[in-house]
Amino acid sequence: MTRDDPVRLYRTVRLIRRFEERAVDLVRAGAIVGGIHPYLGQEGIAAGVCAALRDDDLVTGTHRGHGHVLAKGADPARMLAELLGRETGLNRGRGGSMHAADLAVGVLGANAIVGAAGAILTGAVWARRRRGDDLVGATFFGDGAVNEGMLLEAFNLAALWRVPVLFVCENNGYATTMPVEGAVAGTIPGRAEAFGMPAAVVDGQDPEAVRDATAAAVARMRAGGGPELIEARTYRFDAHHTFEHAVRLDYRAPQEVAAGRSRDPVDIQGARLSGADRAAVDAEVEATLDAALEFALASPEPDPAGALEHLYASGLVARTGGG
Amino acid sequence: MPRLSYRKALTRALADEMGRDESVFLLGEDIRVAASNVTAGLLKRFGPDRVRDTPLSEQAFTSFATGAALAGLRPVVEFQIPSLLFLVFEQIVNHAHKFPLMTGGQAEVPVTYLVPGSGSRTGWAGQHSDHPYSLFAHVGVTTVVPATPADAYGLLVSAIRHVDPVVVFAPAGAMDVRADVDFAALAPVPIGRGRVHRAGDDVTVVAVGHLVHDALAVAEALADQVSVEVFDPRTLHPFDWDGLTASVARTGRLVVVDDSNRSCGIAGEIIATVVERVRLLAPPRRVTRPDGAVLPFAPALDRAVQPGREQLTAAIQLTMKDE
Ligand SMILES: Cc1ncc(C[n+]2csc(CCOP(=O)(O)OP(=O)(O)O)c2C)c(N)n1
Repeated sequence: MTRDDPVRLYRTVRLIRRFEERAVDLVRAGAIVGGIHPYLGQEGIAAGVCAALRDDDLVTGTHRGHGHVLAKGADPARMLAELLGRETGLNRGRGGSMHAADLAVGVLGANAIVGAAGAILTGAVWARRRRGDDLVGATFFGDGAVNEGMLLEAFNLAALWRVPVLFVCENNGYATTMPVEGAVAGTIPGRAEAFGMPAAVVDGQDPEAVRDATAAAVARMRAGGGPELIEARTYRFDAHHTFEHAVRLDYRAPQEVAAGRSRDPVDIQGARLSGADRAAVDAEVEATLDAALEFALASPEPDPAGALEHLYASGLVARTGGG
Repeated sequence: MPRLSYRKALTRALADEMGRDESVFLLGEDIRVAASNVTAGLLKRFGPDRVRDTPLSEQAFTSFATGAALAGLRPVVEFQIPSLLFLVFEQIVNHAHKFPLMTGGQAEVPVTYLVPGSGSRTGWAGQHSDHPYSLFAHVGVTTVVPATPADAYGLLVSAIRHVDPVVVFAPAGAMDVRADVDFAALAPVPIGRGRVHRAGDDVTVVAVGHLVHDALAVAEALADQVSVEVFDPRTLHPFDWDGLTASVARTGRLVVVDDSNRSCGIAGEIIATVVERVRLLAPPRRVTRPDGAVLPFAPALDRAVQPGREQLTAAIQLTMKDE
């Protein structure tokens, strides 16, 4: 089975879907503190993009980042432990949902400042290639982020210095409650074209379409091309953040949500599998997540005495704030 | 008497000032649907010209507010996340704050930056939990941190009427505080004037923002051992040095509790200024976040980094023992 095998692609979307559903339940139960930004409905993008990347390629993502981290190959058990604030979590419980990172699989980090991740990835890919590696990178961001100066400045640097970064815009139609039409002057591909960057629009609900578009861009980038942009059209099935249920923000018509939910990447990819294959993957994913949850819940919480560990990579010890 | 929450006090101040002065308008992310709750009802009452949702373009809309202020309006910019102030530090400090001097007194920039939910909301981790008021006081931007609903109302009103840029930090730890308030008595609170919340003879505790409530609780708990005066500066720049000096001149002892980082934090400045003016009976102490703190995600770690009641109690007791 290769990385872009239809079964494998289905497994990734299904894994992210069930991971997210379980995480939402854990938020409701009070086990995950602070809430999460669910990736429900957008799974096809992370799965499709990462299916066309190599293990050593680099990725940065967003506050809605669980899917990116899982699709790139992080261990779901350690990811869940991170969301539960455990010592065994990817970030030792220090980062939580919005900062999950696994450098071992090329995930330089989810970033909670909108628009910030693209420039970080551009620098990382540039540096690794200068060292002789032929890897490429992909950075994920929302439609809201294309209005941040930081990201547009990153477009310019990447294009100017021909850094092979795929800028993946997950256009789910909203930045929190702000509709994309109310926020983006011009178009999203137009942003890229202004910097001389090729840009494509793809159906983000179809994992194979995303994979194919990514593969084409990555092939050009590996062959020495500069950065490219993909706008993946998608829909966020659930709230912007789990807190939304508490404040009852009213900005999407029920009919719109129903229409958006009707194009489900899990079903679109699942329909490409035989019933037996699909059932087998579903069962395997459930077993993986059962084990992940067991592992995470059995893991110790960090000792408060270690609250300042990792503040300085140099080992500098901070003065505490007490008395 | 009716109860007023801190959050509702902010809403009321915005509504009153918008009703009173046509030139006041609001700018920010998701403020039409009031994602932070603070702008609830204002769109309906004042319309979209005065309650303007912005794209995610913090740097642009912060300087846009500067321009609008130069053109005669009084913008109030809401930031839902305190760490975004780092993103717009340039726009506030290099532009809004410097304009009057750089133009030789030709310009005024009456912008209010409102930060509801500053500091830690548990589980929001490294990039959402800062409490950067000391930085603004350091550069000389007018900085207020109200502790009570009446002060939140009164200081926000004063900030909006003020001729200079003002950052209003509404600590997450104070947002749900409620108090009995006579609505008719709600009034502007002068910028630069502190308040003694509780008179005492043995030691002056200076508490900033939500920590005023912790200081009052600690003072109460220690009441049979030590007579604690609780001083709330309310404004960190300009600071009510005369009010504080009068208090410490009577008590002779000083403890400061402040939810910003230790090095170069406001607590250090308060201690330095007091010892320049008053001969203390014992060395002063401060309870703060640690040096250079970044809040870790796991709840117990997050709490361990924030100044707490036990530390404050210990600091008061130590100060009382010292001669
Ligand atoms: C610079 C910045 N501004 C605002 C926020 C608050 N915030 C977090 S997510 C979000 C919406 C982001 O929208 P978009 O980029 O479209 O991504 P999506 O949430 O739709 O995936 C906002 C406003 C933030 N974290 N960082």
